[in-house]
Amino acid sequence: MASPELKAPMLEVDDLTVRFRTDDGWMTAVDRVSLSVGDGEALGIVGESGSGKSVTALSILRLHAAPTTRMPTGRILYGGRDLLTLPTRQMRAIRGGEIAMIFQDPMSSLNPVLTIADQIGESLRLHQGVNQATARKRAIELLELVRIPDAARRVDEYPHRLSGGMRQRVMIAIAIACRPKLLIADEPTTALDVTIQAQILDLLRDLQTELGMSVILITHDMGVIAEFARRVMVMYAGRVVETSPVGELFRRPVHPYTEGLLEAIPKLDVDVRRLPAIPGSIPDPTAVIPGCRYSPRCPQVQDTCRREAPPLLPAGPEREARCPPRVAAMMAAAEGVS
Amino acid sequence: MSGTDSSTPIVRVRDLTKDFHVTRGRGGPPAVLRAVNRISFDIKPGTTLGLVGESGSGKSTTGRLLVGLIPASSGEISLFGETITGRDGRQPLARVRSKLQFVFQDPHGSLNPRMRVGDCIAEPIDVAGGWSRKDRADRVSELLETVGLPRAVAERFPHEFSGGQRQRIGIARALALRPDLVICDEPVSALDVSMQAQIINLLLDLQDRLGLSYLFIAHDLAVVRSIATDVAVMYAGALVEQAPKTVLYSAPKHPYTKALLEAVPRPDPDRVRSPALGGEVPSILNPPPGCAFAARCPNAMDMCRSERPATRTTGEGHVVACHLY
Repeated sequence: MASPELKAPMLEVDDLTVRFRTDDGWMTAVDRVSLSVGDGEALGIVGESGSGKSVTALSILRLHAAPTTRMPTGRILYGGRDLLTLPTRQMRAIRGGEIAMIFQDPMSSLNPVLTIADQIGESLRLHQGVNQATARKRAIELLELVRIPDAARRVDEYPHRLSGGMRQRVMIAIAIACRPKLLIADEPTTALDVTIQAQILDLLRDLQTELGMSVILITHDMGVIAEFARRVMVMYAGRVVETSPVGELFRRPVHPYTEGLLEAIPKLDVDVRRLPAIPGSIPDPTAVIPGCRYSPRCPQVQDTCRREAPPLLPAGPEREARCPPRVAAMMAAAEGVS
Repeated sequence: MSGTDSSTPIVRVRDLTKDFHVTRGRGGPPAVLRAVNRISFDIKPGTTLGLVGESGSGKSTTGRLLVGLIPASSGEISLFGETITGRDGRQPLARVRSKLQFVFQDPHGSLNPRMRVGDCIAEPIDVAGGWSRKDRADRVSELLETVGLPRAVAERFPHEFSGGQRQRIGIARALALRPDLVICDEPVSALDVSMQAQIINLLLDLQDRLGLSYLFIAHDLAVVRSIATDVAVMYAGALVEQAPKTVLYSAPKHPYTKALLEAVPRPDPDRVRSPALGGEVPSILNPPPGCAFAARCPNAMDMCRSERPATRTTGEGHVVACHLY
């Protein structure tokens, strides 16, 4: 057996590319993305609209509508198998069982005509074959696990009787019903008020420790990333632009996009009247941008950036960045110090 | 016209209350939903009041009351020295209406997809009437330039633009009749971070150039910090604290304001946030007596559950509604 440090990660995405058919032809939503998640790890994926962060997550569970998606290319390795080529029946056993997902909008992710007990029980009956009575009993335990007060009564209610925060707790209860090894949370707190967001983040962190799950948290919010993730992947226009341990990312961002994003965040603890905004807009996903996709907006752009598509380069321990000029400058500075 | 020197507030709100009468279920008993509960504030010319609260706090209802989109149940609103509430409020409201404009949260839903951008922007001009074709076209070009969009944009349709650009179009439309007061209802909440900063900076530039006053409604204390002069915090229909910006962020008094500041995730991985505030916003249907925040408040005392706290002035422009003070 290999030593623990050399153990293969529980999930490894390798060179994933996803294309969608649009009126203007095929567009690449995710462009050769690779990532890995270790046992019990919290990976954060951060990006703005069109960055490909959600599409990456949906691809892991093969949740794309077939007619508009070209079969994704690359590999998604989980437990020695490639999820992209797994037969449908086996994929169904993994989806919701070993790998579960929660979505942004708890209002529309729950079925309005089924009780909470039915919806939590569905996953238990499907994956564990338990009977109705057992499913109901487990549902109450799960509601208690996600800290819903008065669980025995709430379990028979319909979703519209619950607040947004409570609905997201129910979604989390459904997701963890089968004790998944990996939980993918796609903007789980974006639709919630800030005091409720804090409650849900606390809950997710507690559950991760209690159940020993790995979590992929997808968000547009650098604050949520800082609070939750241990390792971070920054995406822009379908590509990974930087991966880094969380502390390093905030202390010394390498990619100019990461830097711009951190500077543009409204500051709560200092008085800044004008924020340093990133100029321009997020590119149209069908637009062809030669070279680096961030080059039209980059304040540090050089001639080569507009011509050559930059590779993802090593930029220190556990760090990679898709910006050759910045990586070179950083490495030179590090040499100077040592 | 009513002159406004810098000392007289452009907006003066006193004890403003809005009740909605609702029935629960078909033929159910009628109930009163008090969306806004006796709030008071002023906005001075050229300044921005940031109005912050979570869902159901009454912040958006307050914005709609201010421009007369819905009538107040009781209390008084004066705009530019004219009282627009009460039985005789309609005529004064008609007189000041062109000086007020609104910028909405959703730049996708607030622009008519069948109208060209130029016509969207000129809509207030067309409603007001009396403009020649040339003046109208010139004004549209001028407005596009003001918000940082090329003139040619006027011939295109809203769907061709990103969220940030659409919000610029919404702002251009709001400026068409040269208003003095713009109500911005969560104008950046639907935008990506890199777009948010652009729009906030644009609103700041416009304020400097045109001397605008803003009521800036937000659910987020961070966004408000860069734009507001004063900040008011609402909870379940009540205004719990109001202070000049620097005071509110450095020395918040109300336990809810403190909790709201603490709950915001900071882009600092070394920060350890205190555990989240428990509970949820109470129903504003037949609200309990006492302070609306009492059930979640870490400092709640017996009287908080029985007696509604009065609003007290605790410093220059700093008011707080809490039995602790």
